[in-house]
Amino acid sequence: MPEVIEKDTLIGKRITKLDAPEKAGGKTRYIHDLNVPGQLYGKILRSSRVHALIKKIDTSKARALPGVHAVITAADVPYQRPIGVAKDHLPLKTDRVRSLRDEIAAVAAETPEIAEAALKLIEVEYEDLPVLTDPREALKPGAPLIHPEPHGADGKPEHLKPGMPVAYAGKPDNIAMTFDYGQGDVAQGERESDVVLEHTFRLHYVTHCCMGVSGIIAEFDPSGNLLMYSNTQVPFLHKREFAEILDMDPARIRIIQPPIGGGFGSKLDIYPFEPITVFLAKATRRPVKLVFTREEEFLASPTRQPVILTLRSGCRKDGTLTFRTVETLHDNGAYTSWGATTPFVMMQTISSLYRVSHCKYHTKAVYTNNPYAGSFRGYGNLQATFAVESHMDMLAEAIGMDPLEFRLKNAQDPGEVTPQGMHFKSCGFKDCLTTAARASDYSAKRRRYQAEQARPGRFKRGIGMASMLHVGGGAKIYPSDGCGTILKMDDFGAVTLLTGASEIGQGSETVLAQLVCEELGVPLSAVRVINNDTEITPWDVGVHASRTTFIAGNSAIGAARKARAKILAAAAGVAQMAPEELDLRAGHIVEARTGKMVMSLPKLLRQLHFNDKAELVMTSFYYEPPSKHQDKQFKGDVSAAYAWATQVVEVEVDTDTGIVRLLKVTGAHDVGRVLNRLGIEGQIEGGIVMGQGYALTEELMVENGVVKNPAFRDYKLVTAPEIPEMEVHFIETMDGEGPQGAKGVGEAPAICIAAATANAICNATGVRIFELPFTPEKVYRALHAARKEAA
Amino acid sequence: MSLQQEIEFTLNGVPTRVRVPVDMSALDMIRSVVGLTGTKYGCGEGECGACTILLDGVSVNACLLFAVDCDGRSVTTIEGLADDPIGQKLEKAFVEAGAVQCGFCTPGMVMQSRALLAKNPNPTREEIQRGIEGNLCRCTGYVKIVDAVAAAARAKE
Ligand code: FES
Ligand code: FES
Repeated sequence: MPEVIEKDTLIGKRITKLDAPEKAGGKTRYIHDLNVPGQLYGKILRSSRVHALIKKIDTSKARALPGVHAVITAADVPYQRPIGVAKDHLPLKTDRVRSLRDEIAAVAAETPEIAEAALKLIEVEYEDLPVLTDPREALKPGAPLIHPEPHGADGKPEHLKPGMPVAYAGKPDNIAMTFDYGQGDVAQGERESDVVLEHTFRLHYVTHCCMGVSGIIAEFDPSGNLLMYSNTQVPFLHKREFAEILDMDPARIRIIQPPIGGGFGSKLDIYPFEPITVFLAKATRRPVKLVFTREEEFLASPTRQPVILTLRSGCRKDGTLTFRTVETLHDNGAYTSWGATTPFVMMQTISSLYRVSHCKYHTKAVYTNNPYAGSFRGYGNLQATFAVESHMDMLAEAIGMDPLEFRLKNAQDPGEVTPQGMHFKSCGFKDCLTTAARASDYSAKRRRYQAEQARPGRFKRGIGMASMLHVGGGAKIYPSDGCGTILKMDDFGAVTLLTGASEIGQGSETVLAQLVCEELGVPLSAVRVINNDTEITPWDVGVHASRTTFIAGNSAIGAARKARAKILAAAAGVAQMAPEELDLRAGHIVEARTGKMVMSLPKLLRQLHFNDKAELVMTSFYYEPPSKHQDKQFKGDVSAAYAWATQVVEVEVDTDTGIVRLLKVTGAHDVGRVLNRLGIEGQIEGGIVMGQGYALTEELMVENGVVKNPAFRDYKLVTAPEIPEMEVHFIETMDGEGPQGAKGVGEAPAICIAAATANAICNATGVRIFELPFTPEKVYRALHAARKEAA
Repeated sequence: MSLQQEIEFTLNGVPTRVRVPVDMSALDMIRSVVGLTGTKYGCGEGECGACTILLDGVSVNACLLFAVDCDGRSVTTIEGLADDPIGQKLEKAFVEAGAVQCGFCTPGMVMQSRALLAKNPNPTREEIQRGIEGNLCRCTGYVKIVDAVAAAARAKE
């Protein structure tokens, strides 16, 4: 060690992920790789009918198969409680199935093969009911009803636990959830408009496709404590929910989260397979492991919310936006998960991405016999942004204004409080617009490609832009949006950080360690992050809403600052200096002004400890962001900071085949501040490609309630040769509340691509497509129809 | 109960003898009979590449291969790259390039890249992209994976 230690920082550097070496070496143990002694294997029998009454289930042959330890149906679990966001869903169905994924029975056996064989021996008699799979039919008089009766045993109150209320009263009209929001007076807005447009946009089913399929291991100890190895993104909320479902004391439930093979929002809710596995563990008194097959993952894990969205909007000739009216119809599927609540995020884009005085927003999520939707990276914002940003281009064209200029005229500025109550303390939106436009040569190319539309030639190029607003400082959708941290230091200067925030591959572990290093002046190798056991880590609301860096980061900084203060106070005593004159660098206490070494940090820690007034450096901190729970009218500042981005997409359209190729994506992201350049680039690149899949290749084909393509062969994820060139610029607005100035970025990069691609296709061909994904067939048909019309 | 068969093969350099059902996949054998879990199940249908291994040096999807077809051959899994200098270069490059997020596709990607570098020690970016075409990644957008393979190819022994 030199005598003098310069100040150094890890912030903004390219830091490799702490867990990467073991992952690259194949050493990481995911849920699929764990086995518990004595474990049995669970499998679920799902419905073979889309909508039917269950008349009879005969499990006798399955029970008789050697190696089978338990076969359960709803009759074996008489006191099931409904699960899900609206509590409209029993894990094992009683006398009715409402979609093909519905769980009818489950088996625990010695091997997965025996469990599978046992499923085939279960006989179910159904009586088919009329099927409802078009959400537009759901509201018509005489439509089949999906939840006609109360649940909590499907209208059979004798199945309810005595003293417990019927949890779900049923819905006589197929309406699962509605949202209404308004600001100003849209009629006045319309009167003030020179141009008014109205269009209907159709958004399709896609699904998460986490490379690691869903799975869980559940076991009870002899005292009745439940341990689950689970990939949930919200362990602390789930402890409580499981306690309710299982009618047990939450304190007896422990959740350990093995590393997760991809989350993207898919693991925010409790799904039937989880309580079912617990039921099996209870029935067999053995640990039970249940892991999906890929086909099951396609059929029975959640999807992104399909939406039919009608947008009416207007502006004045000078380019001022005047109003927006939005009506949406969300296909809820048979049950309610988080997908039904995506309108909550969608309305923020509609009301506040640009300044619009008058807005009216109404949305309905209706029950059908389709698969049900959950939360998925972007949470409704891909859908809303697709409509809003398509319309921005169309309005600009209608008044003959450059789309960039039109956007700049209506874009938010820092300091703005929107009519919905969001306060944009930091806002780099205009910078995002101009940076992405400049870097991609947007305006010149747009004019050139437009001029070339009419020229002969098979291949046409186009450029399009779209922007987005998303929460970047947590989202107070629960009364608390907080995260706890416990930090302890050992005698050798190593730091253990216990955080409630889970790592789901996004790299939060590494960022948290960096933030701690910044305060304590220790090398990254001295920090260990523990984040996967509800028995050990402090409370956190969960990994969602791009919140972890922001919320858990601020929490970690809080704990580290307390430790720092304690260390410097002790060092000041030893060194006979004031604490302010000291600093922590490279594992040493130094003189702040000169960097001169005073003593080694481990030595000081040992002195603190082996001492008459023996002390350990152990601190805790709880961070709750200054955001607000919105009121009943959805007004309020829901996030402590907001993230912004503009993405410009360049495409080539083959007008003979309809094939659209993404050539280049240029993004400018207001991320507050870059903490880990390597990590944030990876997040953005991955998000762009996920957005590309949404726009061009991915579609879960659901026909009459049947998923037609439950395999990667027919559900096309983007592969390596298809990715566009990507250029990403960071706009660092240094958010005042953010950890070292940073804001959340997890969801942002996926949001704009579909909208920007729609605008680029239009720029290339003059044809506007209102429906995703832009498959060759759809594009070809649209081009063909336009040609016919012209002729 | 399906018919069992005894097979002998070299697994990561170690002579190995196991009894397996004749209809068991090599993936199941590696994961549950031998107990090496670095090779992943992503689809079981040859569509994702998470289960990529080397069979006599050639990359194959272990989920499509019968375990009994390993008889008399040499099998390398991700664990076996610990003794392989090029494999080590690749793993290091994956870490340094930021090519690992959730990490679930990573062992398969590394194995596929290993096979690619054996055939083509100095691939262009397009050749790398085509070389890993059969391996899906939901997290990274592939850019940093391509960076990693390119860096490993450039790195000195
Ligand atoms: S598991 Fe073998 S290719 Fe997907
Ligand atoms: S890193 Fe998650 S699938 Fe590739």
